[in-house]
Amino acid sequence: MSTAQGMQAAGHGEHHGGRPQGLARWFTTTNHKDIGTMYLVFSLAMFLIGGVMALAIRAELFQPGLQLVDPTLFNQLTTMHALVMVFGAVMPATVGLANWMIPLQIGAADMALPRMNLFSFWLLFVAFLLLLSTLALPGGPPAAGWTLYPPLVLQSGSAFPAAIFAIHLMGASSIMGAINVIVTIVNMRAPGMTLLKMPLFCWAWLITAYLLIAVMPVFAGGVTMLLTDYFFATSFFNAAGGGDPVLFQHVFWFFGHPEVYIMILPAFGIVSEVIPTFSRKPIFGYEAMVYAIASIAFLSFIVWAHHMFTVGMPLAGQLFFSLSTMLIAVPTGVKIFNWTATMWRGSISFEPPMLFALAFLFLFTIGGFSGLMLAIVPADLQYHDTYFVVAHFHYVLVPGAVFGILAAVYYWLPKWTGHLYDMRLAKWHFWLTAIFVNVLFFPQHFLGLAGMPRRIPDYATQFADWNMISSVGAFGFGLAQLLFVWLIVKCARGGERASAGVWDWPHGLEWTVPSPAPYHTFEKAPEHK
Amino acid sequence: MQASRARANRALAARLVLMAAGSFAFGFALVPLYDVFCELTGIGSRERLSRAADTADLTVDSSRTVVVEFTASVPAGGHFRFAPMVASMEVQPGRLYEAHYLARNLADHSTTAHAVPSVAPARAMRHFRKTECFCFTPQHFAGDEERELAVRFTVDRELPAGIDRLTLSYAFYDSERVAGGTTG
Amino acid sequence: MAKRKFMLPSIAGAIATVAAIPAHAAWDLLNMPRGVTVLSREIYGMHMIMLWICLAIAVVTFGAMIVAMIRFRKSKGAVADTKLLHNARLEAAWTIVPTLILIGMAIPSVEKLIKIEDTTGSELTIKVTGYQWQWHYEYLGTGVSFFSRLSRESDLARQRASGIDPSTVDHYLLEVDHPLVVPTGAKIRLLLTANDVIHAWWVPEFGMKRDAIPGFINEMWISVDEDQPGTYRGQCAELCGADHGFMPIVVVAKPKAEFQAWLAEQEAAQL
Repeated sequence: MSTAQGMQAAGHGEHHGGRPQGLARWFTTTNHKDIGTMYLVFSLAMFLIGGVMALAIRAELFQPGLQLVDPTLFNQLTTMHALVMVFGAVMPATVGLANWMIPLQIGAADMALPRMNLFSFWLLFVAFLLLLSTLALPGGPPAAGWTLYPPLVLQSGSAFPAAIFAIHLMGASSIMGAINVIVTIVNMRAPGMTLLKMPLFCWAWLITAYLLIAVMPVFAGGVTMLLTDYFFATSFFNAAGGGDPVLFQHVFWFFGHPEVYIMILPAFGIVSEVIPTFSRKPIFGYEAMVYAIASIAFLSFIVWAHHMFTVGMPLAGQLFFSLSTMLIAVPTGVKIFNWTATMWRGSISFEPPMLFALAFLFLFTIGGFSGLMLAIVPADLQYHDTYFVVAHFHYVLVPGAVFGILAAVYYWLPKWTGHLYDMRLAKWHFWLTAIFVNVLFFPQHFLGLAGMPRRIPDYATQFADWNMISSVGAFGFGLAQLLFVWLIVKCARGGERASAGVWDWPHGLEWTVPSPAPYHTFEKAPEHK
Repeated sequence: MQASRARANRALAARLVLMAAGSFAFGFALVPLYDVFCELTGIGSRERLSRAADTADLTVDSSRTVVVEFTASVPAGGHFRFAPMVASMEVQPGRLYEAHYLARNLADHSTTAHAVPSVAPARAMRHFRKTECFCFTPQHFAGDEERELAVRFTVDRELPAGIDRLTLSYAFYDSERVAGGTTG
Repeated sequence: MAKRKFMLPSIAGAIATVAAIPAHAAWDLLNMPRGVTVLSREIYGMHMIMLWICLAIAVVTFGAMIVAMIRFRKSKGAVADTKLLHNARLEAAWTIVPTLILIGMAIPSVEKLIKIEDTTGSELTIKVTGYQWQWHYEYLGTGVSFFSRLSRESDLARQRASGIDPSTVDHYLLEVDHPLVVPTGAKIRLLLTANDVIHAWWVPEFGMKRDAIPGFINEMWISVDEDQPGTYRGQCAELCGADHGFMPIVVVAKPKAEFQAWLAEQEAAQL
């Protein structure tokens, strides 16, 4: 409370006249709106880059035989596609949304640590410059998969130290961003806004931030051990020196599993904002939703070895990880039921944010079902490392996390720009995206069940039909995203004036400020009942 | 007001410094703690395979026999021929046995090798005790030298009933190439 | 506009997929094979149970969503009941019931896991070593061992811009020069290790997959049904470098007598 007032008192006077213009603005701004915009633009660029890599992959997989790339380049494409999408597209997008919306939703003037906020962004930018520069290094980018398993990853060439360093920088950026989120939410909520009155998007990010702080250092530790094995003759992952390659898998997945929840929890938060607005009633079971997110986050720490069921794990371990993984379905199901109950006896309209949120509801659930199947160890012995896994995680990440982010953009874009966007274009974008995402990924379930392993550039002829269909879906999906880019550019440039509330039934403090949101908002903390 | 705030800040700062120091100390404490944890749970029995086991209690269980198979590999980069001299043995839990491997340095210069043991099924590992093994120490070979390497072991009586066959495997590594990193 | 909002993408998606399928070729490839071992059949059964349960839950869940989207549309005059905010009993119900369903799913899998881990009573031990990029097989105690590489025809065809149409190659990418030969009706213990990086050995029809880790041995067992001799094909299932997709596994299962004859022949040839 007093901190927020302190923030207001300190030095806003000097900003009003002297806001830097032009390029310098983006290197010196500490404004959460500017920084949020930078993260979002960055993530869109990375989404397109990662998308082009995916199209290269699907183009090669369009038909059996190798037509376009050689096997090493294919492995490099799959590795970079994942690294770019996970760390360059999804995570920065959710961070951008956090930056823009958390202060607005809790009635704070800015994030608690604005300079660290700016530093986090530019650190990420440099990290990706470094990672993408591996495309130009001799030997090319890393090709061991985003999971970087040794000993294979230790066969990498000059890209290896660049990739590891990029990961360290990106991890530092995420940790600092997470600290910022926690300090902001804990300290700067408007008077009267207790934690259990806070919007669910903020809850989702509060918990995500704790996950980030807990596991990013573990990832950093793991890749540092890879670095020392590579350069300094340590043997963490080398049996010859008394180590074990499987140790890396444990360390990686201890990070990796919470990481995927780091990617999806903000999307859960977004859906919890969008569905009530377009159902014109508050979220059903607010407290249950908070407990559900907290349970999911807790459980995410004790399931990591479900990525490793074929390494030769003791029976007790297999049972434990199988059961704990299945258990995550319970709080996740609670959330899905609560979202449905929010719609129940509501008054529902189908604007673009709601379309994406509803598509999320259906398609993320499909991803959840395949996840449940993967949790059963005997069955997983057939699914592991096949396209069934690829289908599962793309369903939870694309119609899951990405649709959540798209819903958020469509929801808050008028607030950011002050203009309503072209609704017709948005709906075209939605339908093409929603249809093609299924054409792209649903057949991959069949491919996995039929026996096609993952991470292969060429396949036996019986897999040809489904691969062709999937590739058609990929191109359709990819081209549809161009509509989205065009829509955003158009909206930023102009359009019908947006009111403060924008939507028919807005809820939350962000809708009490004008559209576009003024550069400085809530300089005086609002009263929140 | 300012004074009490300054005091509160100092107190908070002190607590945070203590937490940071405590976390750092916990990191160091983990070294002995891991040993305790591994003893309790049996995880890490792999490490015990590379150390001499005590065999104070050697009463033979003649009610069952277990087949112990022997196998060997020379992973990439090694210049050795390395193979078991006998493919398998029928053993009784509790009795001490000896098996031999034959190793030959195929290079014409002297080198050092060491063997990394592994046992399958994994749950048999903690019950496989070696009193003497060529895997406990690095093995020096002159150029082109060939010699027999011995391992003395016993399978302890607590071996679960559901295991009738286990395999002892050695991966024979050229110590010069042990340095982890790019192969070749 | 609101009606069938999600029927539309699913139907459109289904039409798109169906429209592109020639005859029945792809329909065979909708599901996991039942396989030719006891374990593969049990795993298939487990998979089908899971699938049906998920389908049932999906029908209920998606059904509720679709009903909500249709019945409570603003365009048809629905008015929001803003007092419908929580219901503790409902929350308890949809926490406890799914938990019970999950426990029900988990129990059969325990028994199967125990069976998978039980390697007693094996008649033959074969050591499988993964290399970049081929497999090595050794019949323990016999001196018979050999490498198994992608067949020459496939290898030529798969080269980039080879000009060879994969459909003209027999078992494209799934044929080797020296297949693994095993007896039917016998429990075979497989020991897995690797020479360089992590690989994984997998034959879908056997239902079993395990990682091959350099420096360590893993074990698993298979037992091909007595009445199912034949050739079974699989692939490496852990990214192991450039030619990860080009180191297939071919297993020829022969009746016991034939197998013994084959093995004797190999032993003689080694001498």
